[in-house]
Amino acid sequence: MAIEKILKDDASEEKGERARMASFVGAIAITDLVKTTLGPKGMDKILQSTGRGNEVTVTNDGATILKSLHIDNPAAKVLIDISKVQDDEVGDGTTSVVVLAGELLREAEKLVAAKIHPMTIISGYRMAAECARNALLQRVVDNKENAEKFKSDLMKIAMTTLSSKILSQDKEHFAQLAVDAVMRLKGSTNLEAIQIIKKPGGSLKDSFLDEGFILDKKIGLGQPKRIENAKILVANTAMDTDKVKIYGARVRVDSMSKVAEIEGAEKEKMREKVKKILGHGINCFVNRQLIYNFPEELFADAGILAIEHADFDGIERLALVTGGEIASTFDNPESVKLGHCKLIEEIMIGEDKLIHFSGVEMGQACTIVLRGASHHVLDEAERSLHDALCVLSQTVNDTRVLLGGGWPEMVMAKEVDELARKTPGKKSHAIEAFSRALVAIPTIIADNAGLDSADLVAKLRAEHHKEGCNAGIDVISGSVGDMAELGISEAFKVKQAVLLSATEAAEMILRVDEIITCAPRKREDRM
Amino acid sequence: MALAFDEYGRPFIILKEQEQKTRLSGLEAQKANISAGRAVSRILRTSLGPKGMDKMLQSPDGDVTITNDGATILEQMDVDNQIAKLMVELSRSQDYEIGDGTTGVVVMAGALLEQAERLLERGIHPIRIAEGYEMASRIAVEHLECIAQKFDFGPTNIEPLVQTCMTTLSSKIVSRCKRALAEISVKAVLSVADLERKDVNLDLIKVEGKVGGKLEDTELIYGITVDKDMSHPQMPKQIEDAKIAILTCPFEPPKPKTKHKVDIDTVEKFQTLRQQEQKYFDDMVQKCKEVGATLVICQWGFDDEANHLLMHQNLPAVRWVGGVELELIAIATGGRIVPRFQELTPEKLGRAGLVRERSFGTTKDKMLYIEHCANSRAVTIFIRGGNKMMIEETKRSIHDALCVARNLIRNNFIVYGGGAAEISCSIAVEAAADKYPGVEQYAIRAFADALDAVPMALAENSGLQPIETLSAVKSQQIKENNPHFGIDCNDVGTNDMCEQNVFETLIGKQQQILLATQVVKMILKIDDVISPSDY
Repeated sequence: MAIEKILKDDASEEKGERARMASFVGAIAITDLVKTTLGPKGMDKILQSTGRGNEVTVTNDGATILKSLHIDNPAAKVLIDISKVQDDEVGDGTTSVVVLAGELLREAEKLVAAKIHPMTIISGYRMAAECARNALLQRVVDNKENAEKFKSDLMKIAMTTLSSKILSQDKEHFAQLAVDAVMRLKGSTNLEAIQIIKKPGGSLKDSFLDEGFILDKKIGLGQPKRIENAKILVANTAMDTDKVKIYGARVRVDSMSKVAEIEGAEKEKMREKVKKILGHGINCFVNRQLIYNFPEELFADAGILAIEHADFDGIERLALVTGGEIASTFDNPESVKLGHCKLIEEIMIGEDKLIHFSGVEMGQACTIVLRGASHHVLDEAERSLHDALCVLSQTVNDTRVLLGGGWPEMVMAKEVDELARKTPGKKSHAIEAFSRALVAIPTIIADNAGLDSADLVAKLRAEHHKEGCNAGIDVISGSVGDMAELGISEAFKVKQAVLLSATEAAEMILRVDEIITCAPRKREDRM
Repeated sequence: MALAFDEYGRPFIILKEQEQKTRLSGLEAQKANISAGRAVSRILRTSLGPKGMDKMLQSPDGDVTITNDGATILEQMDVDNQIAKLMVELSRSQDYEIGDGTTGVVVMAGALLEQAERLLERGIHPIRIAEGYEMASRIAVEHLECIAQKFDFGPTNIEPLVQTCMTTLSSKIVSRCKRALAEISVKAVLSVADLERKDVNLDLIKVEGKVGGKLEDTELIYGITVDKDMSHPQMPKQIEDAKIAILTCPFEPPKPKTKHKVDIDTVEKFQTLRQQEQKYFDDMVQKCKEVGATLVICQWGFDDEANHLLMHQNLPAVRWVGGVELELIAIATGGRIVPRFQELTPEKLGRAGLVRERSFGTTKDKMLYIEHCANSRAVTIFIRGGNKMMIEETKRSIHDALCVARNLIRNNFIVYGGGAAEISCSIAVEAAADKYPGVEQYAIRAFADALDAVPMALAENSGLQPIETLSAVKSQQIKENNPHFGIDCNDVGTNDMCEQNVFETLIGKQQQILLATQVVKMILKIDDVISPSDY
């Protein structure tokens, strides 16, 4: 009797070499996919969604690309997952982490082919990762004390991050925007206080940072268009018909006149509510929910600016910046905290009218208005700016800074190489492989820029043999240059996260010797 | 043949077969069952030990799990064969009972089945084999008790516990920081343990994970974390000396269960109803305020109005807290879960030294920490890690380590790991076999051979010569009469497990042997498999 089939019909099982092969192939395929987007001269990808409208996204953000892929290979999913986490945690380096993990696996594949056990490779990788991290720790620069220098560090980091994005043309402009915005946060990582508004039209250069808060809404008809020293009540309350919330209540009438009476009562109720709101002594009322015509009219009569249907985030942010609280009941006006701002006015950006709150109480908040030729450009610009903001806000907390342009990789590779020479046993092959994987990153950056990578990396390696060298790849001139002079910096936190997550992911995939795939869940045909 | 003839010579069918059913009977059935059982154990064999490999499992929905925890692998495997399902059950029951050794038990059962197949071929009746196995398992369990060592620990001396947990963790992906995790697990277990009664309620330990950071950031929190944030963005983010009202009733007007309708037909009614409604909200909030609560945790949602009223009264609140978490909070803070506002009294409030909201990473992830609780026995292990799979796997590993620590508190006897206990048992069973007359002797001897399978698999996974290593260790054990020798998986240089500090719990090992024997007995007794044929 042959071996019984123990799994369900469509389930499949892959063992040993074949399983390892499948995961290597999957992971390396993903790496090759995003590899070309790495570095300042990396290329973009067009993603077309299968959903309605076949929307198109143009991006070179690793996390965005990988998020949109439909992948069946389980190992590839691991890589997508780490890039997602990198995005959530530090915001940048999403491509690098995948590329490094992929290169580690590519090297591991060679070692496995040379009959080295995966467990040996893993322990070698672990040692190498630890050593690489220490190497970075020794070379970090921390300018926390010197505010002036720190600011220039931030500026450099922002420029480095942005230079690989669509914004690279105006990177100085945007780096300034991002640094200003983050400096306003004063150390908090709460990026919610930075609002990004996208308005098609104009060019990227026309984007600007506004110190106040801009709400993408229109002012109700017949209400003042400009208020100075505004007192703002931020509310979340129904301003349509106030429903009776007691369960099971319903209106039952027997004549038309009764209907009219009830309607009158309802109106009366609304009028009372409005009166109570007015009792707060406000001159601006912002509600999350709809404001019906009747109360709107009442507000207009009282000369109050009423803004309806501000979205949820908008309300929270507005409450945050103006220092008011979000109110839902209006019975005790004395204890409700009102928001204040110096000036509310309607402004025009392009064709659209927006409401601008300036001179707000909390200095932290600000708005960045992005202008650009098309939605795609704006979306990509937002992603790039988001990356830069994330990195900067993380750097404010962890002020350690490294040089960029492949410099950290070379520093790590050198130390790891030293370690390999000192380590006896088979592990040293794995450690050596780790350093090769690290060098792969500057190689890819050079390749993407159309440079002679073999030549450049060899030169770089020679340079790095000297103590305290700052050499990295200068993609613009296509040669080896001094990164400190060129002002190319990266945040230590990002590099560390890239190194650790990539090693972790590679380790995880290496440990697998069997893949069991369950039968896909049957979906009912939706005809 | 299921065909019989009645007294008139007419044929009739007793059991309908051929079209609807497939049927295997006799030796064929047993062989088929055994090969299915072995196929399952073969899958797990490579996951055994510190150098065991992981399995990647893809669920029907495409989610990926990477693990080397036997119970998890089998659970997710989508098994169709009935006997294979028995093996899955086996590993699951080991998981429920002991929590660790789920891979070992399946490997053991597979080895027993393999040996049984050989005996069957020689014409020994399956029941006799089963009986022989039963006797042998009894010998092995008794022998384990003989070689077990008591070891002492106390709240101050936790080192031995940490060592044992490290043995468990070393076979997992988290082995990189096994020391730290083992310490966390042991501390967690000790803080909830009732050392007098030797009881540990693992429900009091909550294992939470959040993607991001690194494994080293994993921490033990003396309190509880809730994956929620304050219901109103402007409520205070930190409360000291909190008095917590734990509610399972929504901040909404009551909804009587009986069907009813309130008809509004006059303006007066409309207005009274309105006032009534406002009063409800006011009353509810006032009630909470009156009893002195400084934090409201509610299982249900609040109305916008209620939310604002709470905010207004300076009463922070958390909504949509799950039932399990609510219970944990109640246990930890010493509060009572209050189902109605009327029943809220000051005694029913829970107390916590510090409640704070913490945010993570660049996204708006927020969590609520409730610390320094009145009843400090509820703890949370908060795991950070590079990706989701890592966190899940760490959770499973921590679970195993917690179970081990708990077992040790229940029963502080240990045996030596690394296959040392199995080898020692195998020697004892082999020696005892000769004393039994009859066919069972063969079964007992086969059992001894099966016991060797675990150290053999360990050696194989560690890249050693399995047969050579095993025989060397075995002879060493007999020669020096010392049951501490095992397989040197980590290539440390010594195979004395006492020096390597590789321990396993006695009850865990015993349970493994007993459970594996039971399942094998059950499988051996099946001589007819009738299943609907698929067509």
